[in-house]
Amino acid sequence: MSTAAANSVFKALADPTRRAIFERLTRDGEMTVHALTARAGVSQPAVSKHLTVLKRARLVNDRRSGREMHYSAQPKALAPLVDWMAFYGVFWRDKFSKLEAVLERMEP
Amino acid sequence: MSALNAETRSVVVEKEFAHPPEKVWRALTQGDLIVQWLMENDFQPVVGRRFEFRMAPMPQWDGVIHSEVLVAEPYERLVYRWDSLGLESIVAWTLTPTAGGTLVRMEQSGFGADQEAAYKGATYGWRSFFGKLEQVIGEIP
Repeated sequence: MSTAAANSVFKALADPTRRAIFERLTRDGEMTVHALTARAGVSQPAVSKHLTVLKRARLVNDRRSGREMHYSAQPKALAPLVDWMAFYGVFWRDKFSKLEAVLERMEP
Repeated sequence: MSALNAETRSVVVEKEFAHPPEKVWRALTQGDLIVQWLMENDFQPVVGRRFEFRMAPMPQWDGVIHSEVLVAEPYERLVYRWDSLGLESIVAWTLTPTAGGTLVRMEQSGFGADQEAAYKGATYGWRSFFGKLEQVIGEIP
């Protein structure tokens, strides 16, 4: 991922309303603008604008179905920003302890 | 016992177990044993074989880690791919016999240069946000 792309992700998520929309889509799955607006506390055009920014950062996908657009989160876009090294440092340490316990239990 | 090597961008965990290499090899390569310490899997120690590690699916993530056996030298070396959510890495196990058992070394490499973006992200004070993301990625059982 280029620095420019990373920056667009950071910028997109720097806004609390956009972050809330993204987290909501991540948690609840695909939604229409109407459904999102009902809870976002801002107008529908404002929600649409936020969705455009999220889409540009590839954090959100859209899909037309009937007369409405359906939006879904693409958490994969965040993956290059996760500190994988720190994550797996902890992960493998934990797995080594579990491996040792399995070795103790196993037939010789 | 573990280290984050910034230069080679790898995670290394090393530990001596009081068990012989043959036994450690079984724990690393038998599906019914792997599930007890790592994850659900359809692993077989055959070079070129593609397989999956599976965690419980999360919203927006099927919980699958895509893998392929690259090296399988019994009792000595086991290497497989570890691809998940945009991370493409390699996990390499090396077993060395010792007087008291086996020195087990795991090196996961292939962390991208874009890790720097992650450090920048952390300085923006988004730790809690990434914490939530890690829940999405998968609560490690």
